[in-house]
Amino acid sequence: MSATEIPYTVEARPDTGLNNVKIGIWLFLASEVMLFGALFASYIMLRVGAAEWPHGSHYLSVPWATLNTVVLISSSVSMVMAWASLIRKDFGKYRLYMGLTILAAFGFLGIKFIEYSSKFAHGYLPETNTFLAIYFTLTGLHGLHVIGGMLYNLYLWGPGAKMWKTNPQQFINRVEVSGLFWHFVDLVWIFLFPILYLL
Amino acid sequence: MEETHHDDHHHEELGFWRKYVFSVDHKVIGIQYAITGLVFLFFGFCLMMLMRWQIAYPGRALPIIGGLLGDTRMPGGVMLPEFYNQLGAMHGTIMVFLGVVPLGVGGFGNFVVPLQIGAPDMAFPRLNMASYWSFLVGGVIMCLSFFAPGGAAQAGWTSYPPLSEITPVAGQVMWLVGMVFLITSSLLGSVNFIVTIIQLRAKGLSFMRLPFFVWAQFVTSFLLLLAFPPLEAAGFMQLMDRLLDTSFFLPSGLVVSGEVLAVSGGGSPILWQHLFWFLAHPEVYVLILPALGIVAEIVANNTRKPLWGYKSLVYSVIFLGFMSFVVWAHHMFITGMGTVMSAFFQTTTMIISIPSVVILTVLILSLWGGSIRFNTPMLFALAFLPMFAIGGLTGLPLGFSSTDIHLHDTYYVIGHFHYVVAPGTIFALFAGIYYWYPKATGRKMNETLGKLHFWPSFICMNLIFFPMLMQGLAGLNRRMYDGGEIYAHAQPVIHLNEVISIAAWVMALAQIFFIVNFFLSLKTGEKIGENPWRATTLEWAAPSPPPHGNFLTEPVVYRGPYEYSVPGASEDFSPQFDEAAAPNSEPVTA
Amino acid sequence: MSHEQDIDKHVRTYIKVFGALLVLTVVTVAVSYLHLSTGAAIALALVVATVKGSLVACYFMHLLDERKLILSVLLLTVLFFFFVLIGPWATELNPIVL
Repeated sequence: MSATEIPYTVEARPDTGLNNVKIGIWLFLASEVMLFGALFASYIMLRVGAAEWPHGSHYLSVPWATLNTVVLISSSVSMVMAWASLIRKDFGKYRLYMGLTILAAFGFLGIKFIEYSSKFAHGYLPETNTFLAIYFTLTGLHGLHVIGGMLYNLYLWGPGAKMWKTNPQQFINRVEVSGLFWHFVDLVWIFLFPILYLL
Repeated sequence: MEETHHDDHHHEELGFWRKYVFSVDHKVIGIQYAITGLVFLFFGFCLMMLMRWQIAYPGRALPIIGGLLGDTRMPGGVMLPEFYNQLGAMHGTIMVFLGVVPLGVGGFGNFVVPLQIGAPDMAFPRLNMASYWSFLVGGVIMCLSFFAPGGAAQAGWTSYPPLSEITPVAGQVMWLVGMVFLITSSLLGSVNFIVTIIQLRAKGLSFMRLPFFVWAQFVTSFLLLLAFPPLEAAGFMQLMDRLLDTSFFLPSGLVVSGEVLAVSGGGSPILWQHLFWFLAHPEVYVLILPALGIVAEIVANNTRKPLWGYKSLVYSVIFLGFMSFVVWAHHMFITGMGTVMSAFFQTTTMIISIPSVVILTVLILSLWGGSIRFNTPMLFALAFLPMFAIGGLTGLPLGFSSTDIHLHDTYYVIGHFHYVVAPGTIFALFAGIYYWYPKATGRKMNETLGKLHFWPSFICMNLIFFPMLMQGLAGLNRRMYDGGEIYAHAQPVIHLNEVISIAAWVMALAQIFFIVNFFLSLKTGEKIGENPWRATTLEWAAPSPPPHGNFLTEPVVYRGPYEYSVPGASEDFSPQFDEAAAPNSEPVTA
Repeated sequence: MSHEQDIDKHVRTYIKVFGALLVLTVVTVAVSYLHLSTGAAIALALVVATVKGSLVACYFMHLLDERKLILSVLLLTVLFFFFVLIGPWATELNPIVL
């Protein structure tokens, strides 16, 4: 496509010990930290400024959310196992673990859908109060991240996996980077769960 | 491993669209950014010239143009207050987010940084293209909002709630959506810049050999990366407020036009201010740092001697970048902030002025004892120094809460930050255009037209912004539809409104010289070789204009960036890339 | 970064971390049914979440043996994260007194 070859797209630069994509994804995650940081800051501001603040379980379902936490943690484990399988050059296992990761993502979104539907059925909408407003904003934005990560994983599981034959190192890098994003999504949920549901 | 990257430049022919429109080449993207930025700058300036009519002659019909703008904006040629507010909000937004930043970071950053570090392109060329197109989409949405029902956003460039949540919905929503695109664009761009600077430096180009411009872009990228997301979060929340009736930023019991607003309430307008200024203060440095970088390059080149205190520059710019994240609430002294927090933010604000002064001092002292070449880029760069100094020093009274309470929201504030950004940053950007135009096109811009552009601009800038400082000290408030003429305390300074407006219109005329020069020089400019300014940094090792892939042979760096007039050298400049240009030079390993 | 011979060791670690994360999830949910005071509940929940988050970051995201460059970028980010978290809140807690 382009006549110019960009150095260090696959191999690490000797003095930094890193390839371009690895630095890129971490910088992106750094900006994501600030995005969620600002939303957490908003949560704090709204909560300390509120006359009264409902306990999360008053509106939300703790059992469903606990199940979802387990689903997302499991998907993180299968994601890292998918990467480890590639290091072991076991492509079949990679397909299996990556498939499980994607299934777990579907499961997470399905449970989220059940939760959202039951809120709407009870007339609990973003406009009801600031607690529900920040709940829908935080979980909605997190859900978009889940969808994004899942779509990229689907690509790596399906058509993107052809690269394993042509350029295995770059493929491993891609799976690693996708994994980093996926673990970050998991990490955000680990904080969202107690903040929204348990406090 | 390095040996495998000796680029083989087989120039495959790309079609017109791939080469000039959907290009992944950093130079084309840089030029796209620069030209789009210049167009937006001009558009934003036009909005302001319209406003200046209403401020200078409140309620008087504007001949010809007024009639063209229609009855929803200027019935009978007289400006409606709503349209005045739209012009004000959009002038600020366009100048900052669509003009100066895209030109300084997107334009110069993209074009110059890979060349200055000896890279074939940016680390992620396709991401780079996505960044430009995201910016363009955001900008177009912003501008189209003038045609939305109720017109464009009216709540100032800061979009403070509750005002921003009770103005017509379409314009404000388009402002927010446009902003999300712009934030996405700058996120993609900043990741790209940081990775490029860390990973793609040429052999021998250690961090302490980087041109100061690259350092400035490096720090700027971190500011964009880490400061913009909070505004994005705030933007999402304001979108929720406007579209889904949440009330993140609307307090309970808010009364608008005599009626209590029907919202769930419980929100905090101050929260928006925090999140907005958490971005917008670092954003100030996003506007300034590339300008400082450009000026440093040009000053070193035209004094023909090394910058006085390169290391001080570098450490100052890093410290400045860090501190810019802890000063934001000095924009909020009058929001009911207690003395403890106010003292904290006053202290950090005073601390951040130190590295700014160090940088400015370094640049001024660099002039000492040089045999200065007064070409057009140097004139703009030299003018930048006192203008930026006035802008910086007038900021000090705004950094102390006791004086800020008097000056807040007056024309003094407008004068202050425009001195930093308009005769400051925009002059530096012009300097950069005159300086790097030969590299981009292979031809120099015309010197006579350049000077005809410079002198009237320089005089008019001061005629515009200095009177504003005087008006503000007299207590004249900003954002006044009638220019403040109904206030008794404003009477001694009200006549300055007309002076300012006329100076603004004359300055517009001076820009004609620039526009003519810009296009005319493409055809008639003096043809130049690789290094017309006899400069030392790596971009001058590439052909003018550089081909796809930039360098004909892989550049190697042998010394620091500003080795001018080295004793024992045969020429008065020893380029970074020329091993034989000075005694005792070697590439650093790693 | 990782070689085939250490990957088995890594995988055993992942399983252990998985177990720890599940146990901590149960702990944090169980504690929420104890009806502690709000302050204690918040503190405990955040401590547990921080431990869980650190486990994910250190082991799944391999931060324990990551390069200094990335660690320093993250350190900077965490610092700014706390600025944006604490700054507005602190200002809210320090209103003007007439």
